[in-house]
Amino acid sequence: MKRLGPGLIMALVAGFAFLYLPILALIAYSFNASRLVTVWGGFSTHWYGALMANEPLLDAAWLSIRLAFVSATAATVLGTLAALALARHGAFRGRTLFSGMVLAPLVMPEVITGLSLLLLFVSAQVERGFWTVTIAHATFSLGFACIVVQSRLAGFDRSLEEAARDLGATPVITFWTVTLPLIWPAVAAAWMLAFTLSLDDLVIASFTTGPGATTLPMRLYSAVRLGVSPEINAACTIMIGAVALVVIAASLLLKRDQLAGA
Amino acid sequence: MKTGNGPAHRRGHLVVAVPYLWLLLFFLAPFAIVLRMAFSDAATDLPPYAPHFQGFSQLGEFIAALDLENFRLLGDDALYWQSYLYSLRIAALTTLIALAIGYPLAYAMASVPRRWQGMLLVLVILPFWTSFLIRVYAWIGILRPEGLLDIVLTGMGVTSEPLRLLNTEAAVLIGMVYSYLPFMVLPLFATLQKLDRSLLEAAADLGAPALTAFATVTLPLSIPGILAGSALVFIPAVGEFVIPDLLGGPDTVMIGKVLWSEFFSNRDWPLASAVAVVLLFVLVAPLALLQRARLARGGVA
Amino acid sequence: MNPRDAGAGAPLRGKRKASPGSVRRAFQPWNDPAAEPLVVFRNVTKRFDTVTAVDNLSLALYPREFFALLGASGCGKTTLMRMLAGFEQPDAGEILLDGVDITAVPPHRRPINMMFQSYALFPHLSVGDNIAYGLRREGLPRERIARRVAEMLALVKLDGLEKRRPDQLSGGQRQRVALARSLAKRPKLLLLDEPMAALDRKLRESTQFELMDLQSELGLTFMVVTHDQDEAMTMADRMAVMNHGRLVQIGPPDEIYEAPTSRYVAEFVGDINILEGRVASVAGEIVRVETAMAGAVELDEEAASLAIGEAIFVGLRPEKITLSHDEPAQVVNKVAGEIWDIGYLGDFTMVQVMVGGDDGQLLKVALANRTRRIERPFAWEDRVWLSWDVEAGLVLPP
Repeated sequence: MKRLGPGLIMALVAGFAFLYLPILALIAYSFNASRLVTVWGGFSTHWYGALMANEPLLDAAWLSIRLAFVSATAATVLGTLAALALARHGAFRGRTLFSGMVLAPLVMPEVITGLSLLLLFVSAQVERGFWTVTIAHATFSLGFACIVVQSRLAGFDRSLEEAARDLGATPVITFWTVTLPLIWPAVAAAWMLAFTLSLDDLVIASFTTGPGATTLPMRLYSAVRLGVSPEINAACTIMIGAVALVVIAASLLLKRDQLAGA
Repeated sequence: MKTGNGPAHRRGHLVVAVPYLWLLLFFLAPFAIVLRMAFSDAATDLPPYAPHFQGFSQLGEFIAALDLENFRLLGDDALYWQSYLYSLRIAALTTLIALAIGYPLAYAMASVPRRWQGMLLVLVILPFWTSFLIRVYAWIGILRPEGLLDIVLTGMGVTSEPLRLLNTEAAVLIGMVYSYLPFMVLPLFATLQKLDRSLLEAAADLGAPALTAFATVTLPLSIPGILAGSALVFIPAVGEFVIPDLLGGPDTVMIGKVLWSEFFSNRDWPLASAVAVVLLFVLVAPLALLQRARLARGGVA
Repeated sequence: MNPRDAGAGAPLRGKRKASPGSVRRAFQPWNDPAAEPLVVFRNVTKRFDTVTAVDNLSLALYPREFFALLGASGCGKTTLMRMLAGFEQPDAGEILLDGVDITAVPPHRRPINMMFQSYALFPHLSVGDNIAYGLRREGLPRERIARRVAEMLALVKLDGLEKRRPDQLSGGQRQRVALARSLAKRPKLLLLDEPMAALDRKLRESTQFELMDLQSELGLTFMVVTHDQDEAMTMADRMAVMNHGRLVQIGPPDEIYEAPTSRYVAEFVGDINILEGRVASVAGEIVRVETAMAGAVELDEEAASLAIGEAIFVGLRPEKITLSHDEPAQVVNKVAGEIWDIGYLGDFTMVQVMVGGDDGQLLKVALANRTRRIERPFAWEDRVWLSWDVEAGLVLPP
């Protein structure tokens, strides 16, 4: 379609306004000197300073980042293996159950995933904390990671792997020298997705955590329940900025990869 | 691939075995525990909640010991089944509104020159990457009394007093649509973008006006995208907890919130498990229907 | 199949290995009982679910042979080649290489390399690294790999492109890289899967000859799998036509074209007119066949196995028929008809003639366009005569 009618332009403008105005407002009010959201008290970075002094929040953020790092790595490894299993191993025994288990967390309400894992940890009498949340996050991000890698494997020319085998590479060497370098962008994207999911999760973490392991969303949640505060706006702004930077960097990387690879 | 030999073949098995075992341990086993818990006595103590399953010779005793009380309670107490129905209602409304907003947006995105599409796609995904909590929190600032919306509306002279939208069903719907909109737009955009524009030209060539061409060509061909987007919105929306909790009020009791409070406030784990089991069935039913619809359409995915 | 191309194959083969006749005498290991085959398929069967892709097939390939496997898609030719490379396992039978059973050997341990139809160039590696890939797997020292890569680049005339990525190359260059990569390890046998499929017509022709030169220069054994008969006929010393998992006929290209042993091969390779008929008499080497549409037809054929009254097909290539307005004299095989269609194809013109009345049979006649003059000796609805030599017709079993 060559021309964009006024209707379509309206749809674009309205749609993106709906998506972005709330976030922009949130960012704007993080620079408000006044504590009252209704009053614009002038530009100030006061709340960022206050944030830097908020030890519990900073601790929670650091814990969340470490947790997201470990669980995303585990989820990416497991999800990539699962994607390879589904894409490459044809009809193995129990395949239906396997693919069901991989994909179920995608549609499973978080309250159920969280509850069921907690019950497992309680039955096994595992002390709850950093590692139980990590396992829980790895389990529910696994499916997302698997889907991302699988979509790349689906467009993967099998003859590339066969060519490697033909030229004398064992299956393992083939994976490291051909398959992995070629699905690398998807693996990286899967890791980023798993990282964000973990960083974002409130419900599952609330169920599976223990004393001393309070994640950033849990802290934010209890702060938000108490009401609006510019300090939370500042925390949110920093998180949004970090995510935007990472996503833009990733999409530039991906674009370069596509330019070089396509 | 059955071409592997010797050690290579065994390593091939590992690729399946490692994630398989992980999921059996951390997905299926917990599930079995939830199921067992749902049939056990409400107790204030921690697990193991009876009954234990001790092999097939005691199968009869095991079944006799199963306690259906939790499920009876779910059926008897209006709170529970009403909140199930309410969750389905909110999820359905969310899906419809998200479709109404998302379809024109996805259609417009698919219509812009290809070099802009990548950027627009990133713009749709970007909010998804920012925290869920942040997005909900942003709306609290807007919807609360004397929040941004009130300031703007009174400033424009549209309203004279606060709308008091926060803690209402409208607030929950706004928050849900806002949070789940990308899930609706992405599959729709993927479907519409793949749609061959020459089909519309063919329709026009055969004498169909633009609207007719849309209704007879574009819309039917985008049904897979509509179904996929609706499923991606509807399913998680049913079990949603954070949005009704933060934006809703006392009368917006969704089932995710019920489960949460049974667990954390009332500490009734067996009842929470029973709620979870029923919720799963409530979710499985529409999924099965969707799957059947897809199969009936000849596996268009 | 254009008659032009059919003709093109034979004389140009001569350019490579003296005259066609001497080639046949000098290089015919398949007729030499003492020759040791390089590859032997012995009663190989491969099934996929309910489909039998390769059906109890036996075949021997000889060293230095350029062998072409020709067949329609789904005939099992790709499966046959993939079993040789080791990507598929036969359900029954065995595959020998140099007398050794390699059926259970995984692909990476077979001294056989393959050039893939898609070329399968690793997009993340440079041209040089692509060619070096197989050598690195052998753990060769760095300098030897570098030397071999340079050698291969020179061989396929791509010197200086070592650092390029595959996506920075043209289609023809990519094909050369794929060829260099598969030759780098000096395989005993090179498999080529539809090697010309991705090239345009002009490039295809020159590449075919280059490939033939390379093969005879290096003294390697090539097996090419193709659905393109021009390609098979141009390049191969010997070719096999495959159908439903079986080899229907094996032989040198001219034998396949001029002496097909079945109606399937006759129709698959080149254009042919098929006349239905019954054997009327056999006198010495002359068989007389009574056909429904073209009357009595005489053929010069080995007729020992034919019985009087037997139903057979007579095959007649379009380029072997002569067209005239007047009834030719002193010719045995002739039939009158009316021109229904004329297709001008540049180098020749294909004329469709209806014989045996309006409900008869259309016969194709190919007329070479020897002059530039746009003369029109024949026009639509002309009444014409078709005639041909007794040597032109083929007897084909029903």
